[in-house]
Amino acid sequence: MMMNHSLKNQFNIRPGTVIEGKWHHQQYTIMKELGFGANGIVYLAQNNKQQVALKMSDNGMSITSEVNVLKSFAKVQGSALGPSLLDVDDWIQRGSQISFYAMEYIQGPDLLTFIKKNGHAWTEVLILQLLSDLHRLHQNGWVFGDLKPDNLIVTGPPSRIRCIDVGGTTIQGRAIKEFTEFFDRGYWGLGTRKADPNYDLFAVAMILINMSYPQRFSKTTGDLKQLRLAIREKAELMQYEDILLHALTGKFADANEMRSSILQRGLTSAKSPSSLSQKGQSQIRAKKTAVTRQTKPKRRKSSGVLETLFIFTIITLLYVFYLYGQLT
Amino acid sequence: MKTGTLKQILLITDGCSNRGEDPIAMAALAKEQGVTVNVIGVMEQDVIDEKGMNEIEGIALSGGGVSQVVYAKQLSQTVQMVTRKAMTQTLQGVVNRELQQILGGSKSVEDLPPDQRGEVMEVVDELGETVELEVLILVDTSSSMKQKLPTVKEALFDLSLSLNSRSGDNQFSVYVFPGKKKDVERILDWTPNLGSLTSVFSKLTTGGITPTGPAIREALTYFKKKRSLRSLFSRDDESFFEESV
Repeated sequence: MMMNHSLKNQFNIRPGTVIEGKWHHQQYTIMKELGFGANGIVYLAQNNKQQVALKMSDNGMSITSEVNVLKSFAKVQGSALGPSLLDVDDWIQRGSQISFYAMEYIQGPDLLTFIKKNGHAWTEVLILQLLSDLHRLHQNGWVFGDLKPDNLIVTGPPSRIRCIDVGGTTIQGRAIKEFTEFFDRGYWGLGTRKADPNYDLFAVAMILINMSYPQRFSKTTGDLKQLRLAIREKAELMQYEDILLHALTGKFADANEMRSSILQRGLTSAKSPSSLSQKGQSQIRAKKTAVTRQTKPKRRKSSGVLETLFIFTIITLLYVFYLYGQLT
Repeated sequence: MKTGTLKQILLITDGCSNRGEDPIAMAALAKEQGVTVNVIGVMEQDVIDEKGMNEIEGIALSGGGVSQVVYAKQLSQTVQMVTRKAMTQTLQGVVNRELQQILGGSKSVEDLPPDQRGEVMEVVDELGETVELEVLILVDTSSSMKQKLPTVKEALFDLSLSLNSRSGDNQFSVYVFPGKKKDVERILDWTPNLGSLTSVFSKLTTGGITPTGPAIREALTYFKKKRSLRSLFSRDDESFFEESV
């Protein structure tokens, strides 16, 4: 698109350029370009021997808007929702002001590249991780918005999915700020663009579909029928059919419910145990213990009684032997 | 919070005007009347020539709006993005003027330290969500646009879907140029959604000339006679800031 080109030309920042902030005077040495989108360019940079990601834009307000989102994420305890924010500042270059912010550099391949390299066994784990992150995000009143494999990075080891680019993150109830057609329920005629948790769950379903159709596909009839056909053509999608259709039609109450459905499916379909990765199994085990937690203390109590009885019997027997020895 | 109405003209074209007044001057006229002009240039395989490009950028620049040239298949995403971007831009302008009155001199949002800028942005975001919006869509139906019209229709549906996801009210109207008898012909009167476009669009005939300038001039007369956002802000700016900051 034109805008991207003009933006790109405007700051063709060479590696080695030192950027100093106008307000906080931190210095950043540009190392390379990591990517660019509609709202700016992200560079890898070095600040006090630490690698950081630097997002720059000539549109100061879009930078400010993203900073607002990252700041409110920082208030969510123990969250790994987005990259953590390190610094916000302006850079004066040839008389014009370029706004930027520095954030944690999240290193790793994007979701599709990771799956291609490490196999489909990882799909379930990573989607489960994503859903618990989304649940926390939703509980704090946000919707991620522009959810797509390109915005999901797998870091590790241990492998962990992380969201980058919070440009589309919107307060619940408002209109989604930024989206990508393939992952947008409005494009498929399956709902509005009002930010609600189900908007993100729709995108999660489309991410799973995207994994089986790396080239994506365009709208023909543009309704559930077309998507259902796409699901039925791939065996790896068929095993999730009900879950996907549920998510596409907005029937899950929240991200946690979608997560439990995926876990349940893993438990009940013993048909393909090989499709479960080790981590997935351990998570299912964790889930099992969570379910049985209520009954567990009782069992522990009864086994304790047995233990006591056993020890008591041994001691009694020893004492009997001792008495017998004393008598003879 | 009660705010005024944002007024926009969205011009969808594929090239240069060839009749009547200079469209860049007409866009400047629109801006004077408190109407923003956005332009989207649609390409097929062909590339828009430099003259056309200059005109597209010129109209948006003097109309205080946003311009973008895209291939037909990217039209949907572009139309909604350009409209929203122009909205934010206008609202930023309004908030900036308010700030200048309070802070004095030529201070703008960009001169504030980053932390305070965040609070201003929240006001702009909130306004963008709630403000009333009137979009007059002006579609070029010169003969080269013929095969692009179904895509234009799709993009307009998509636009109404995006904007109706906001909590503020929207009004759309659609005009084509050249019209059968006049420079501009109305095909859809002010309505909150563009669902009724389907039947009208298939009946459209395409003509030879491209009177972009006269089309903008005439389009300006079709906006509802309401107070513009700017006049409303200058009238009760105090209450606005009490409520939002």
